[in-house]
Amino acid sequence: MARQLLKGNEAVVKGALLAGCRAFYGYPITPATEILEAAAWYFPRCGGEFLQAESEVAAIHMVYGAAASGQRAMTASSGPGISLMSEALSYLAGAELPCVIVDLMRAGPGLGNISPEQSDYWQVTRNGGHGSYRSLVLAPASVQEMADLTRLAFDLADRYRNPVFVLADGTIGQMMEPVEFREPAREPVMPEWAVGGTAATRKNLVSSIFLKPDDLELHIAKLEAKYALAEREVRFERYRTDDADVVLVGYGIVARILKHAVDELRAEGIATGLLRPITLVPFPSAELRRMAATVREFVVVEMSTGQMVDDVRLAVDGAAKVSFYGRGGGNLPGAEEVKAMVEGRVRKEGLVHA
Amino acid sequence: MDVKGRVEIDRELCKGCGLCVEACVPKVLHLSARLNASGYTPAEYTGTSCSGCGLCFYACPEPGTLRVWKLMATVAA
Amino acid sequence: MPEKELCITHEKPLAFFPHFERKGEGEDQTHYCPGCGHGIVHKLLAETIDELGIQDRTILISPVGCSVFAYYYFDTGNVQAAHGRAPAVATAVKRAHPNSIVISYQGDGDLAAIGAAEILHCANRNENVTVLFVNNTIYGMTGGQMAPTSLPGQKTTTSPGGRDPGRDGYPMRVSELLATLESPAFIERASLGNVKTILQAKKAIRRAIECQMEGKGFSMVELLSPCPTIWKLDPVAAQKRVHDEMERYFEPGIKCDRRASRPEPREAAPPPPLADFSRLLNLPDDNGRTAPAHAHDAERLDWRIRIAGFGGQGVLLLGQLLAEAAMDDGLEVSWLPSYGPEMRSGTSNCHVRISSHPIDSPLVTRANALLALNEPSLRKFLDTVEPGGLVLYNGDHLPDDCRRDNVSVYALPFAEIANQLGSAKVGNMVMLGAFLALSHFLPDERMEAALARLVSSERWVEIDKKALAVGRERVPAEEFRHA
Repeated sequence: MARQLLKGNEAVVKGALLAGCRAFYGYPITPATEILEAAAWYFPRCGGEFLQAESEVAAIHMVYGAAASGQRAMTASSGPGISLMSEALSYLAGAELPCVIVDLMRAGPGLGNISPEQSDYWQVTRNGGHGSYRSLVLAPASVQEMADLTRLAFDLADRYRNPVFVLADGTIGQMMEPVEFREPAREPVMPEWAVGGTAATRKNLVSSIFLKPDDLELHIAKLEAKYALAEREVRFERYRTDDADVVLVGYGIVARILKHAVDELRAEGIATGLLRPITLVPFPSAELRRMAATVREFVVVEMSTGQMVDDVRLAVDGAAKVSFYGRGGGNLPGAEEVKAMVEGRVRKEGLVHA
Repeated sequence: MDVKGRVEIDRELCKGCGLCVEACVPKVLHLSARLNASGYTPAEYTGTSCSGCGLCFYACPEPGTLRVWKLMATVAA
Repeated sequence: MPEKELCITHEKPLAFFPHFERKGEGEDQTHYCPGCGHGIVHKLLAETIDELGIQDRTILISPVGCSVFAYYYFDTGNVQAAHGRAPAVATAVKRAHPNSIVISYQGDGDLAAIGAAEILHCANRNENVTVLFVNNTIYGMTGGQMAPTSLPGQKTTTSPGGRDPGRDGYPMRVSELLATLESPAFIERASLGNVKTILQAKKAIRRAIECQMEGKGFSMVELLSPCPTIWKLDPVAAQKRVHDEMERYFEPGIKCDRRASRPEPREAAPPPPLADFSRLLNLPDDNGRTAPAHAHDAERLDWRIRIAGFGGQGVLLLGQLLAEAAMDDGLEVSWLPSYGPEMRSGTSNCHVRISSHPIDSPLVTRANALLALNEPSLRKFLDTVEPGGLVLYNGDHLPDDCRRDNVSVYALPFAEIANQLGSAKVGNMVMLGAFLALSHFLPDERMEAALARLVSSERWVEIDKKALAVGRERVPAEEFRHA
């Protein structure tokens, strides 16, 4: 199929429908509103359900209802809306319901502003909701990945019966790039555990209640085992890391900027590489540990005051230096400033192998 | 006199709330003086003048406690 | 001659499980207290399900509150919902399975307090679901806190001196409130105040579910219900309170019945076949779109373009056309707009990258081309143009205090030129024409094809083409080469 110039926000919707998603429930919030608008246009014509809910709270509980009914279901929002959705995220995970939440991060805290940030990494990868659960989290860095990872998100959600986030930021949502939908459209399939208003599904119960402590402990252990199994889904991109003394670590739009910085730093003779986590949960910890044997310093760059850097430190566990560079408030770090920052660290710390 | 109706009460399921006693028009139900295993004083029907109206059934909050019988015309075999 | 014999007329409805295995211990009894209204409502609902023959079709949405465990008892599909959210969950379940009978079972704290928004909007959308609203004027499960429906003077653990309407507000008459909406099809309040009204309650529940079965839309029955344990009354006295006190404040009766005026539901169209999805999703067909592997590779082409101006000058469209046409020509492209309030307050800019190689950063922090449609944009971005870069400016000349020596500047009154063509609006197109002539990397037909796709009005396509041509002519014919 030919390439099509698409906004990230529209690619998500087309990707979702091709993945067999037939239920979209949402509430407007910049910079995710275009997803809602595209869904309002495309879902009904493809035989899907679209509804603008009265709040993010209602929207995500509608997703809960749709998922309980066996539909591939989704919503999209941004930080303030995800805060409101946190309640249901816990119920979704507890009741083992698959669904996809697209989160286009904006700058916070509070109302903050609508410019891009990556400061909801903790909120999303550490859940926000109550109880022992995880959400799987995918981090697209291009419009093509907005489409591809949305599709993957539905597959993972079904495979693990768990909510999956597609975590991007306003930039990737607003950006246009060529997209190619390589996978054919998938027919919706109703899983056997869902409620359906039929004799065959009458026995089905969707619930997150386990009243007896022993029962709940078993349930939590089952969820944990599932998350351990999901470690095999880890995905990341390495760029020029083989002989790198300095490895930049960043996800989403930042990784695109870092890739540019890597080339510029290489041109200056500094052996630099990039590790881009594509899955944030599961996190590429094993890869970071492996790389730590030869890398002098990991420089984590985020549009936040430093959140993913915690996961890098946990993974590296002291085996190499880990430093952080962040921008916030809606500012993107430019490749030139990253380059200058790394050059400064190299001068100061003597990071490069002789 | 013909028996018009009958009410069967599972004394172990009854919680002794007394709402059936209250609802009973011919006043043929009463609470037992003996406790059941749960420690409630269950409703009892000991008489013969139940009309089979079923009101006690609707007053009763427990799904399986009451069963009501009523004299009805059936097709002869 | 017919014989008469004793027959069973009333017994545990079949919509209940024979044994409540999900409950575990004491599995033939409910978990409800003696005299609790929930047990009665459960029984009325279960009988109605039996009578209507809808057990297989029924999906019960259990709430949070004492009836949280409704799924212990009902042998139907069950979805447990978070506190107050049952109407949202019910909405999606019903829409997923229009043939199912969806019943949301909620208490007064659940429905009237934490879930006030959800019930209001579910009713207002006239969702074709049935809500059973059990109002017992108290939070039962959490041990007796004040509810939105607690009566004036009612002592609760959180209104120990009694509900004070001056401080706590008056009890909410939810049924009347919802009935003021134009949408909901059927709302009735019934009472469990004595066995006579209990029988009326059963009829109300049946009417509500039939309303759903007929596809008429939202139906709700509010049930005034006793909570002897928390009220600290014996079950008979509690039932009397329902009759004597609650019915006085919450008047039973039909609050709205618009079933007759609702149109017959329309049969949903079957979903389109997957084969139609390409068309439905406006995916490109393979014919004529994809360029042959292009000769751009011979030289490394790498345009980093910043386009800026006032909103309304067509800044974003100019960028999109470039990206669209270049993509068709087999190049890699990215287009990144400024967005948000900036977009609405009048200034606008976008980053466009066009490259013969995969594009790393879509951000243009160092441009090799600036297309500035007004002076503020020129001032803002001129310094970001790298030496040897290209600057197109909408004006006769650069302002005196805003000069660069090491870039190539083409200052022309593009908007005025456009005005002479009949519309100042196509100043962006004149500038685009000039840029295409100078940059020389895109065949004309690519841009014309892009125009035809992105501009919906044929008339404007023609004007735009004219403007492009004029723009091309206004700059030197020789190709611009980066220094």
